[in-house]
Parts: sequence; structure tokens; C-alpha cells
Amino acid sequence: MATAVAVVAVLAVAVAPLAAQDFEPERLSDGKPDLNGIWQALNEANYDLELHMARAAMQLREGPHGPIPAAEVLNFGAIGSVPPGMGVIKGGGKIPYTDEALAKRNDNMANWSTRDQEIFCYLPGVPRATYMPQPFQIFHSENAIFIAYQYAGAVRDIYMEDPKPSQVDSWMGTSYGRWDGDTLVVDVSGLLAKDCAMREGDMPGCGGWLDRSGNHYSYQVQVEERYTVAGPNHIHYEATLTDPMTYTEPWSIEMPLYRRMEPNARLMDFRCVEFVEELMYGEYRRNPLPRMKLVD
Amino acid sequence: MRYPGLKAALALVALVGIAAPMLAAGDEDIPRTASGRPDFSGHYDVATLTPLMRPAAFGDELFMSREEADRRVKQAALRRAATSQASDPDREAPPDGGDGSPGAAGNVGGYNSFWIDNGTDVFEVDGKFRTSIITHPKNGRFPPVTEAVRERAAARRGFFRRNTGEAWWLEREGPGPYDDPELRPLAERCLLGFSSTAGPPMLPALYNNLKRIVQTEDHVMILVEMVHDARIVRIGGEHLPATERRWLGDSTGWWDGDTLVIDTKNFGDRVALRSATRDLHTVERFSPMGADHVLYQFTVEDPNVWTESWSGEYVWPRTDTLLYEYACHEGNYALGNIMRGARLLEEDAAAKAASSGGSGE
Repeated sequence: MATAVAVVAVLAVAVAPLAAQDFEPERLSDGKPDLNGIWQALNEANYDLELHMARAAMQLREGPHGPIPAAEVLNFGAIGSVPPGMGVIKGGGKIPYTDEALAKRNDNMANWSTRDQEIFCYLPGVPRATYMPQPFQIFHSENAIFIAYQYAGAVRDIYMEDPKPSQVDSWMGTSYGRWDGDTLVVDVSGLLAKDCAMREGDMPGCGGWLDRSGNHYSYQVQVEERYTVAGPNHIHYEATLTDPMTYTEPWSIEMPLYRRMEPNARLMDFRCVEFVEELMYGEYRRNPLPRMKLVD
Repeated sequence: MRYPGLKAALALVALVGIAAPMLAAGDEDIPRTASGRPDFSGHYDVATLTPLMRPAAFGDELFMSREEADRRVKQAALRRAATSQASDPDREAPPDGGDGSPGAAGNVGGYNSFWIDNGTDVFEVDGKFRTSIITHPKNGRFPPVTEAVRERAAARRGFFRRNTGEAWWLEREGPGPYDDPELRPLAERCLLGFSSTAGPPMLPALYNNLKRIVQTEDHVMILVEMVHDARIVRIGGEHLPATERRWLGDSTGWWDGDTLVIDTKNFGDRVALRSATRDLHTVERFSPMGADHVLYQFTVEDPNVWTESWSGEYVWPRTDTLLYEYACHEGNYALGNIMRGARLLEEDAAAKAASSGGSGE
């Protein structure tokens, strides 16, 4: 028995590839691990944080023999389908939603095309900014840590001195960082979770979405992020979400972030605001262009 | 912005007879990085009452007296106090269609003074107050524009007008200003801030004048409050190929002593700076002025627009104020409402035409 336990223990250590204990990172002059670089997640988290099989589309409807793509997304064909993913929830399993919040998630998923903030090019919030399928750049010096994301030109200043609670919520929240050994820990508060538009004239869509599957948080959410340099070209990333209005207990995601190693890697312009003007304002043109009339 | 420390430092330099350049004053106060470069990291509030273009009354005079500077600051403070009075809660609703007053606070009410944050002081360089940010041409005003720009301006004359509450554009040939979102100004669409606040050159605007600089060994990131534009400047290295175009241009920087020089070109087809085109080229210089100020200098050229290059400079004071997220697009009720409003006015006009046509028959 003792031998078996020892073997398990050895295996457990051996199969923890994300652990950073043995890696000696590059450091700044103040001894902190150097987080500078262009990074990107390589996973299916932005489709669905939970373990999921492939689906025909990001929005489905009932067909005569089971779910089929909703009319709104039909023309995207296989490009609009959802690739499968093992999920990024720490320890596996599902997001510990309250019953009400789970019902909201399912309703969100069924109405994805009129709700997901990504569709409207709204700022992605945290932690979603991290695993959008586009790179981001960390600027790290002895007196500042700042993250610029390619998606929608989102930005975060990681304040290393207490910025005090924000007076008003914001899409990217207020980030307060500290070092726990070699791990950068960022407490994110004041995140905005926009109510879904109810009337004509409201800004369309919702906020507080975690992925294209309608997983969500409320304005009460507190996110604790942990960034650990775990190799010359990757960071181990974790984020714990605490939100009693939405979840029955805190839960975490984890994933590696990879350095974009191409010699010409750099952030480019992704000002998607312009790309959604036809969607958001096209019907108010003096001479509207043909558009698909969608069912509610 | 007052700069009392500089005078004392200058006096000291003069006293000990060091022929140091002006900017070396207060050198020991300059924050530096581990590698010894000036460290520009921090927050700045670049709002200033000093105008970009010199009021014609000053002619070629780059400087104004302390009395004149004081007078302008006082005047602005009085104006601010007057416009900051609490509104009368029992006042009448504004008339249908707005009160017709011109300017930002006119019509149905755009900005009132609560929103406006264009500085409380005039800036001072080397102990002298300036009459304008533009220093070249020597009249402190933009150089003459090219014939092509004049023609373009003439063609657009009458395209933008005050809102009269009527669909006046229907009586005009060609497209109206509210026909499509693409015809609205870039700032109204939340694509770029107005007044070239993100630049380059980065100029003061009516509000949202905070900047955040983060500096590493090989990058300088300048966050512009308006539309959360992060300018990413590579230190060292060549420009990217001209086939790669950027909204804010491609910026590469280098050190000239304690001055950070940033060269920017390869803009996209739409530029925030006035009539500038994709051929805009700017050179910016950041020089520390003691611990708390940076002198920001710039030169601008665009042969499609101006017949000669022009230059300017102003002071960026550090501030403790942190930036709040400017989620412009996420709250852009205005663009949709402007478009919807225009369609309603067109409907009104059509109904009026129909009814007057009907009575005539």
C-alpha cells in the first residue's frame, strides 16, 4: 500500500507539466520574473469553458431529427460550428452555477447571436480577454505592468499600488496586482455585466459573458488571476471567479499561455468597432442595404 | 501649468556657469530606469489652456507676459465657475428641437461644462509662457494647405451644418451627412479620438487628456485615454514594411541622449489629424524636464496636405490621476440616435411635402 501511494505521488509530480518549480525565468533588475512578450492562449476556451463535444453551430434550434444550426448562423456552415474542447475548468467538471444562473446560461446559448458581447465588438472583460483567439502583449517594468490586447484594442493597467475600489464598474474592471513569490496575482473587481438590451434604442447585446456559449458572471464577480512564468515560452495562467449571485462556490480555470515566437510577431490593429456598424446601424441608413430578416 | 522648480534650477546652472542644455536642468531629479535611461513611466494630464494655433492678435510673438498668462487663467476660471452653477431644478423643459444655441452645449444639450476638461492653466517652457503650441511656421498657425486640400474642402462645403431640426440635406444634391455611419466623423463612430488626441502628434482635446506611459527596455507604450488607444512604440529597429498600415501609424523610437525620439509613418487611409493622409510622417521628441514634467515636441509633414512641415511643443505634467476606462463604442448611443433622428426628419419632410402637395390639388 505504501509503495502504491509513493508511486501515485511520483506520477502526480511527473504529470504536472504546468508546475513551474524547476524553471528559472528571466528576471527584471528587481528580481521579478520577466512577463514581457506577446502571448496567446491556444485552446477552445472562448467557445466554451466547460468540457464540450463538437456542436453544429454556436446557436442551435430544434430540427425534425435533433438540433440544427439556427437561421441566424446557417450560412457560416462548418466555419460556424463549435470545435470540441476538453474544457479549462480546474479539476474538470462544470461551472457551479446556481439553478437560476444555469437557466440563464442555457437561455444565453440559445440566443447567442443577439447577445454575446463579442458579436458587437464590446470589450471582452476578464478573464475572457486572456483566451480570446488573438494575441496580447504584456509590458512589464520595475514600476508597471500593463496588458494590451489585440481584440478590440482592450487594455488593462495592473496597478501595483491599491487603486481603491472603482466608483463605477467598467468592462475591463480594476486590476490590483501583487507578487506571491514568483507568481503575479491580480485581483480584478468592478467588472461590468451589461444587461441585455430590452428595447429599441438600447445598446444591443449583453456583457459579462465568459465565452460564446453564454457562460456568464454578474456585476458582483471578483476574479483572482495568477500568472506564473513556467518555461522560456509559456506562462501558466489561472483565474478564480467568486460571484455568489451566480455561482454556489468559487471556481477556477487554468491554461497555458504561449509566447508568439514568430520573429515578426506583433500586435496588429483589430478595430472591430467598424466591422459591426452594418450590424448595429445598417438599418438606419438612408438607403438600407438588403439584410436577412431574423426571427426573434 | 506653473513650473517654479525650473527657474531655481536654471539660476543655479547659470551661477555655476555650466553650459548645459536647458533640459539638463534638474537632471538629478529625472527618474531613470535600471539601464540609466530617463523613465517616462507614469500618468500625465496634457490639458492646457494654451491653444494649438496662435490667436492672430499675437502675430509672430511666441511668448506672452506673465500678466497676460495670469489674465487668461483667471478668465478661464471665472468661465468655469459661471458654467458650473447648479441647474435650476424647476426650470422648464427645453423647447422641442432644442434651444437652437450653437456650440457643444447647444441644441438639445450635448456637453455642458461638467464634461469639459480642457485645462486650468497655460504652459511655460524655459520660464516663458507660450502663445501657441505650434512653433513653426513662426506665426504659430498651420502652413498653407495644398490646392488638392482646398478643392476637397470646397467640394464638402455645406455638407456639415448646424442642426436646424429639418432634413435640409434633401434639398441638396448628392449624399447627406447622416446617410450612412461611414459618413460620420471617426470620433463619433468611436474609431479614433477627435483633435488628434491619440496622434501622432498627440494634441490636447476638449476632455479625456490623460496619458499613461509604460516603458520597458525595448518598448514604450503610450495609452491615450480617449478610445483607450494604446500606442506601441518599438525602441530600435526599422519601420515595418509600408504594406502594413496602422490606424496610428507605425512607430519606431530611439534615444538621442536623454530624449526619446519617435518616428511614425505608414498610416492607414483615415487619420485623426485634420485633413492628413496616409502619407503623414511625424517625429516626436520626449525630453524630461526635472522629475515631474516632460517636454513633448513634434514635427509633422504630409506633402498631400501642407506646403511645408510644421512643428510644435508643449509640456506634459505628471499627475496622480488614474485613467478610467473610456468604453466609447460600448456606450455609443449617439451614433444610432443621430441616424434614427435623421430618418425621422426625412419622414417629417416627406409627410409635409405630401400634405402640401395634397392641398394644392
